[in-house]
Amino acid sequence: MLKLRVIPCLDVKNGRVVKGVNFVSLRDAGDPVEQAAVYDAAGADELTFLDITASHENRDTILDVVSKTAEKIFLPLTVGGGVRTTDDMRRLLLAGADKCAMNSAAVSRPELVNEAANKFGSQCVVVAIDARQTAPGKWEVFTHGGRTPTGQDAIDWCREVAARGAGEILLTSMDRDGTGSGFDLDLLKAATQAVRLPIVASGGVGKLEHFVEGAKAGATGLLAASVFHFGQFTIPQVKAALSAAGLPVRPSPAPFAG
Amino acid sequence: MTQPLSIAVVDYEGGNLASAARAALRAAELSGIAADVVITNEPTAVLQADRIILPGQGAFADCARGLEAIPGLKDSILTATSNGTPFLGICVGMQLMAERGREHGVTEGFGWIPGEITLMEATGLRLPQMGWNELELQTQHPLTQGLGKAPHGYFVHSYALQNTVPDVLLATTDYGGSVPAIVCKGNVAGTQFHVEKSQTVGLRILANFLTWDPKAPV
Repeated sequence: MLKLRVIPCLDVKNGRVVKGVNFVSLRDAGDPVEQAAVYDAAGADELTFLDITASHENRDTILDVVSKTAEKIFLPLTVGGGVRTTDDMRRLLLAGADKCAMNSAAVSRPELVNEAANKFGSQCVVVAIDARQTAPGKWEVFTHGGRTPTGQDAIDWCREVAARGAGEILLTSMDRDGTGSGFDLDLLKAATQAVRLPIVASGGVGKLEHFVEGAKAGATGLLAASVFHFGQFTIPQVKAALSAAGLPVRPSPAPFAG
Repeated sequence: MTQPLSIAVVDYEGGNLASAARAALRAAELSGIAADVVITNEPTAVLQADRIILPGQGAFADCARGLEAIPGLKDSILTATSNGTPFLGICVGMQLMAERGREHGVTEGFGWIPGEITLMEATGLRLPQMGWNELELQTQHPLTQGLGKAPHGYFVHSYALQNTVPDVLLATTDYGGSVPAIVCKGNVAGTQFHVEKSQTVGLRILANFLTWDPKAPV
């Protein structure tokens, strides 16, 4: 049986982790490679790096981070933030990313999804959708970190990117993001019913039961950032909570025996 | 001093080559094997290698075309494997071992493993299958030694091997029915999941592949 994926997300700026917490085992809490290794050892099912580097000159810092992470960690790695062209994707994939998440660039030029899927295969094309509720049962796509309304219906956009060849949708509720009040379950249900693609839920986790609710609403990937960074929950705690609710999780693999 | 084991990761613009090469190197390190890993599209390098790894991502037809676009590359794989070189296909690299694929039209595979690659039904489930699924070992085999209890592999695929024969199945997984996860015949093997992204389970299989001594070529 396929297991739910528990996915820690690291916000990376100029090659450094934002909001990094000093885990006991870390020499440098701001080093994304070290943080990634901690999550890898803790039983994370995937990792996501969100590059929030603002200045164009520093954009290549993420490539170095990805490359150093991929040398050490044999776990699927998604990288998002600033993916505007298939050339951006190629650089990230060559550095060692497995999937690239595109957001604003896909909204402004939806053909990018087709181009990426044709060039690299759907399996590495993630479309990140930032949605805000505008009416009961209605959500709108926002871009640029949730600041810019697009007028595009979020559920229609899910259907469109699926048809264009996306392999996965990373769906963030901008209403819930940072609130700790749980995923937007109505949004998740609407999206998972609209498309057959796997959907990663993001935005709003504050309690262990929020992971359970997200899975029950149809998400097969459960992403969180701050609850992991700030040490509020460990990955084994999340998996134990899911398992106690009768949901399938992957046991931590045994160490390599030589 | 013995020569390091030479591993050719076949480069036909068909996949995450760097990850496969890094994982093979790491598996060698962890098991104390001296190894040289090269990412190559040169037929002579494939012919001279001690081990061949064929990654693959995207559609079957595109991968098959990509391989044939490089003169002599596919033939070098066929020749080396018929001479006994151990081969490991990953994801679409594994699928290419079948008789044919039905993704983006009908395309011939290497024909080593009976069966064809078709869209999974996976009724009521998400498609692609994306994530960790349990490997159900079908038989004892050197490639699957030491995987520990309830081993899981990381899968990303919508198409799978169907209508094959039980003899070639080292492991299956369950996704709306039994799905081939590891196949093997003679000196050629393949994993539907990504060994290079399956943490210690994947590294163990790669390490087993490096020390594997299959008796008869396919």
